[in-house]
Amino acid sequence: MKKKSNKPKSITENGEREAPFRLLLAVLLSALAAGLGYAVLSLPSPPPGLSSHVAANLETSGVSNPVTAVLLNFRGYDTLLELGVLLLALLGVWSLGVAPEHHEPPPGPVLDMLTRLLAPLLILVAGYLLWVGAHAPGGAFQAGSVLAAAGVLLLLTGWRPGAGFSGLPLRITLAAGLGVFVVVGVVLMLLGGRLLEYPPSFAGALILLIEAAATLSIGTTLAALFLGGRPEAGPRR
Amino acid sequence: MNLLQSAFDSLLGFALLWLAWRALASPDLFRAIVLFVAFGLLMALAWVRLDAPDIALAEVAIGAGLTGALLLGALARLKPEGVTKPTHEEKEQ
Repeated sequence: MKKKSNKPKSITENGEREAPFRLLLAVLLSALAAGLGYAVLSLPSPPPGLSSHVAANLETSGVSNPVTAVLLNFRGYDTLLELGVLLLALLGVWSLGVAPEHHEPPPGPVLDMLTRLLAPLLILVAGYLLWVGAHAPGGAFQAGSVLAAAGVLLLLTGWRPGAGFSGLPLRITLAAGLGVFVVVGVVLMLLGGRLLEYPPSFAGALILLIEAAATLSIGTTLAALFLGGRPEAGPRR
Repeated sequence: MNLLQSAFDSLLGFALLWLAWRALASPDLFRAIVLFVAFGLLMALAWVRLDAPDIALAEVAIGAGLTGALLLGALARLKPEGVTKPTHEEKEQ
């Protein structure tokens, strides 16, 4: 619905008027889909890419999971910028105003019980995903989003961060991922390397450090996005 | 390729297309969000079939779980303003 329509009945009129455009759109999209399908089917059998380079240099990356090696080591600045984007998104939401007073009804027995069971379990799973990311599918973003799911569940039951946490500690947690990433990059540059060029002997530990901070930040950021506004730093009414 | 596998893959592909279309075309925003979450879950299955378990994990957690929660939260805030079209029955409460 591109046009603003105040009355529901005008939608059908618009629909009739837009019918040729819809047909044109369908034809164009079908042509695009056919072209994409043809392109995929006509790819050479081992598709060209950088996976052989990644496999050749995997030993120097500090981790044995190629995805984590690419995300945190070979293309570390990419992940660095992603964390920045996430933080900017939260800043945008926070600039819109204070989080609204929560008016959720008190949780029923199911939500209450489920949250009690799931919140610790989700935190455990997040820790596991963070740790296992070094050599199997997992990693900071997955772990962080599982952590955020625990946060969302807690927010749904009416839990709110206490006044002690909503101020500086919350902001430090939010910025920790990006901060640790930048500090590691700058320190490595000062030591004579290039940005985020880890020495192979420390690479595993550095990646784990960055990922741990990023997990906390991602989880907190996503949960704070669900809260939908800046939490009040002062004592709550 | 195994016949069962290709049957499953094509079923998955068509279900994804159908869910995407339904989610976009649904006039009821609540239903659209539920369809979007279902789309995310099936999309994760598709990523697993494409041997990309990392993306599947992220898709389930972020695409289906958190985005769904965020969209539902946004919808709950839209309702009092009367921005959404009136639904036939009240979905909330």
